[in-house]
Amino acid sequence: MEMNAQEQALVKHLADMEEDEALDIAKRMLLEEGADPLRVLELCRTAMDIVGKRFEEGEYFLPELVLAGEMLDTIGAIAKPLIKQDESGPAKKLGKVLIGTVHGDLHDIGKNIVTFMLDINGFEVKDIGVDVPVTTFIDEIRAYGPDVVGLSGFLTLAFDSMKETIAAFDAAGMRNDFKIMIGGGQIDETVRAYTGADAFGVNAVEAVALCKGWTGVAA
Amino acid sequence: MTIHDLAEGEAKVAYDARRQRLLDCIALKQPDRMPVALYGTFWLAKYGGLTCKELMYDYEKTAAVAARAVEEFEPDAIAPFVQVTAAGRSLEAIGFKQLQWPGHGVGDNQPFQYLDREYMKADEYDDFLFDPTGYYLRTYLPRVASAFEGFEDLPIFPGLHYFRLVAGIRPFAKPSVRAALEKVIAAAEEVDRFVGHAVAFNEGMAKKGYPLINGAIAVSPYDFIADYFRGATGMMKDLFRHKDKLLALLDKASEFLTRQTIATAKISGQEIVMIPIHWAPDAFMSGKQFETFWWPPFRKMMMGLIDAGLVPMPLWEADCTKRLEIIRDIPPGTCIYWFERTDMVKAFEVLGDVVALRGNLSPSLMTTGKPEEVDAAVRHLVDNVWAKGGKLILDGAFGLPDETPIENVRAMFDAARRYAG
Repeated sequence: MEMNAQEQALVKHLADMEEDEALDIAKRMLLEEGADPLRVLELCRTAMDIVGKRFEEGEYFLPELVLAGEMLDTIGAIAKPLIKQDESGPAKKLGKVLIGTVHGDLHDIGKNIVTFMLDINGFEVKDIGVDVPVTTFIDEIRAYGPDVVGLSGFLTLAFDSMKETIAAFDAAGMRNDFKIMIGGGQIDETVRAYTGADAFGVNAVEAVALCKGWTGVAA
Repeated sequence: MTIHDLAEGEAKVAYDARRQRLLDCIALKQPDRMPVALYGTFWLAKYGGLTCKELMYDYEKTAAVAARAVEEFEPDAIAPFVQVTAAGRSLEAIGFKQLQWPGHGVGDNQPFQYLDREYMKADEYDDFLFDPTGYYLRTYLPRVASAFEGFEDLPIFPGLHYFRLVAGIRPFAKPSVRAALEKVIAAAEEVDRFVGHAVAFNEGMAKKGYPLINGAIAVSPYDFIADYFRGATGMMKDLFRHKDKLLALLDKASEFLTRQTIATAKISGQEIVMIPIHWAPDAFMSGKQFETFWWPPFRKMMMGLIDAGLVPMPLWEADCTKRLEIIRDIPPGTCIYWFERTDMVKAFEVLGDVVALRGNLSPSLMTTGKPEEVDAAVRHLVDNVWAKGGKLILDGAFGLPDETPIENVRAMFDAARRYAG
């Protein structure tokens, strides 16, 4: 992507976690200089690609993802009202992912990070929260039609909750309509086999790679 | 007389032998056999056929079930079972807001779960740093426990003097403060009963020959602020936005946490201090962030505990493989490092000449595996850690997962005795 000096600076500050500098430039561009808000959001995505790459390479960790998400939210909140109606049609998404923490478990940090990473990687994500009953999963899946369903859980009780949830998908005749990935602090191959999920991931990057693999996007 | 002197006769011989195994491991000496710990929280509910709620609320039933498990498996060291489970009445009396527990947010047969929230705002670092006690009394305590609501109206103590001191105590006459004080006293009376039952259980087990694996429980300075004050995402943002204040608070916390832990451990009469570690894992921060924020205040705290004659036992949750070289930097023969998901063989290779090790049969194995798989996993640890000189205390990755079938616990103990004494 061709970028002028100011645009390059915005991308660099965002990617380097220099929040104050990045927000100063973004605000100046949007509020004083009349920059195209879609262009600013595109620059943000370019920066997030760099953040994601640094995460994959082991240079960045959760704190950088959290701050990146925060910076993106701040800029998005300023940019989005400035987008003209006819320009704001939905961007083409790579695929639809429905994600939630299984019943009995209230943990959500990992799920939120996965949601954020899928979002900045171009997926449409619906997060249905924590302690989600089996019937809610089924209702939400029927309404949303996801390509991938992500089941999250931190506690060991989640092993059985995931198993029950997936068995219920089977009983509802929808098991083959989407792929299922599971994740959380204690999840490993033993748990994947126990629950009947298609795959598990140990971090958000693996979740993105799984979804890209399943939706036919080159990872 | 300490808790170590309560047993008599054969029980005393057994107590001393079991305790000596732990002490030998800590001192990096060869014990006569590999010690095995029995540790768990809500696993006792499954074992004893109780609901999680009963386990949290019924002191007698909990103590009876825990005693039955201890006598069935004859471990070398045990959890302070009543202390780690039966807090329900106390939580209720204090109106504790940071947890959901059976009957309070989760079902009767579900374990308690912590609520990750922002309990301290980003702009409150200065208040906390300047006057930690004042910040606790008037801001933090009312936020985390409803019994303290009303403490917001307490006077600002530093500065009270002479006639200003006399006039300054006037807020104690306010209805809000009176009501809070009454609730806190009532809560403290319940906590006193709870601790009384916990101590009675620990002493009863000591009399039967079973030492505790730990007395006091502590927290690392970083986790203290991340978990209980700023919340997970708040803390991660503070690494960038409030770096200097965070470092100052971490340093201060390492000092007051050390003092408080030493005081608590002295009351319990137990040297070993369990320190669950949440934010050290490889995935949670970079090596540079770990060495800047996490490790220095924790190491300072561990050294303070060691100097006071205590034995820190951090439970390094998740995978901490990348941290092993850094956390090696402590005096040999002073600590137990309990690993959850870190490969124990790797941990032994890096740390075997510095610390005793504890763990770490995987939760998925313990809950969904067969007894012969548990046996094979124990044998793997014996062959590759214990038999090669590792001072291993065998346990689950985080004690026994709540859902562990009894036959897998039996397999763990049988395999340990078969392959390592």
